[in-house]
Amino acid sequence: MAAKQGVRVVGPRPGTGLGRVVRALVLLLCFAARGGALYFHIGETEKKCFIEEIPDETMVIGNYRTQLYDKQREEYQPATPGLGMFVEVKDPEDKVILARQYGSEGRFTFTSHTPGEHQICLHSNSTKFSLFAGGMLRVHLDIQVGEHANDYAEIAAKDKLSELQLRVRQLVEQVEQIQKEQNYQRWREERFRQTSESTNQRVLWWSILQTLILVAIGVWQMRHLKSFFEAKKLV
Amino acid sequence: MPGLGSAQRWAAAAGRWGCRLLALLLLVPGPGSASEITFELPDNAKQCFYEDITQGTKCTLEFQVITGGHYDVDCRLEDPDGNVLYKEMKKQYDSFTFTASKNGTYKFCFSNEFSTFTHKTVYFDFQVGEDPPLFPSENRVSALTQMESACVSIHEALKSVIDYQTHFRLREAQGRSRAEDLNTRVAYWSVGEALILLVVSIGQVFLLKSFFSDKRTTTTRVGS
Repeated sequence: MAAKQGVRVVGPRPGTGLGRVVRALVLLLCFAARGGALYFHIGETEKKCFIEEIPDETMVIGNYRTQLYDKQREEYQPATPGLGMFVEVKDPEDKVILARQYGSEGRFTFTSHTPGEHQICLHSNSTKFSLFAGGMLRVHLDIQVGEHANDYAEIAAKDKLSELQLRVRQLVEQVEQIQKEQNYQRWREERFRQTSESTNQRVLWWSILQTLILVAIGVWQMRHLKSFFEAKKLV
Repeated sequence: MPGLGSAQRWAAAAGRWGCRLLALLLLVPGPGSASEITFELPDNAKQCFYEDITQGTKCTLEFQVITGGHYDVDCRLEDPDGNVLYKEMKKQYDSFTFTASKNGTYKFCFSNEFSTFTHKTVYFDFQVGEDPPLFPSENRVSALTQMESACVSIHEALKSVIDYQTHFRLREAQGRSRAEDLNTRVAYWSVGEALILLVVSIGQVFLLKSFFSDKRTTTTRVGS
């Protein structure tokens, strides 16, 4: 045990003054270095929707950054502050759980209360068509779900965890996410089973009904025609 | 226990942190990222995504079609010079790993242009480089202790469990969408067929009656 603690002496203990500042600086620079997340182009009135199928009580964090095409410099520049994005999040029952406008750079968070497909829609709030000038808006998007949304540095600082404790905490969070997903899987499988059984019932009832209809129609047709021909004195 | 010399320790640590920070940013390629996105691709549409990748980074693109039509989509991956690294038509699921040979913007597109009226829901997972380490100081000189390396291996195993769960969830979603489709189709078909049956059979009877009731001459001819 002492030997292990001896190995740990190297870095500053988290949560204490200088260590925290340096850690924050490192994180800031790390984030800046990987600021180039996945991006796509969006038209002016275009609405782009993304689907996240998640179990309940799961946190989702989305980060986006916009850039506008500058014709003079022929490259993409960070968009003007006036150009914002409207973010709308709908839960599986199509109820809106988040509908807010953010600036040209924003971060939105929501926690699911029902399991299922949540829809995250983004569209720009631009009304001035000259702003896009026929070009497209470049949107860098990053969506983190569940355990990936946790900021471990913050957790370590808040709860004053050692490195080993933080790793174990990460494992615990991962296992919780797996458990939630499995519960959700059970719910989904039940829905699937209900759908299949409903189809089965419908096919069964339909075939019986069809046979009865056919027989009834046939009998009616023959009786009707017989009485008709008898009336016409053909039979 | 930090008693005497703690100030010295912090100063030394700050110095070490500074050096590590510099090393991290300049020598080591930045921490990787993983983007998992599910989006809807309307008919006759093409959706492209771009990512700036540094040379030498190992990347993996994995995609799967969840709902819509014949559950297939065209996928195309291009490097910054426009060379096509990966191109597949009408694929339901695939995984492609490559190492970035040059710096620049890589582009991958999903196309539903061959379909006339089915919307497709596509899931993709684009992994660039390795996952960011838990601690920024991951490049430390000293080796991990046994406990820590056990934690790392459990973490990797759990990551693959979550990955399998995701794929299972997607396949289940696909199966469920087909089942719900079938259910709706059976409902519409049974109602439709009932109506057609009634209309046709009643129509037959009246049509037949009309053959015999129009002209009296025809009746007498049949009679004799």
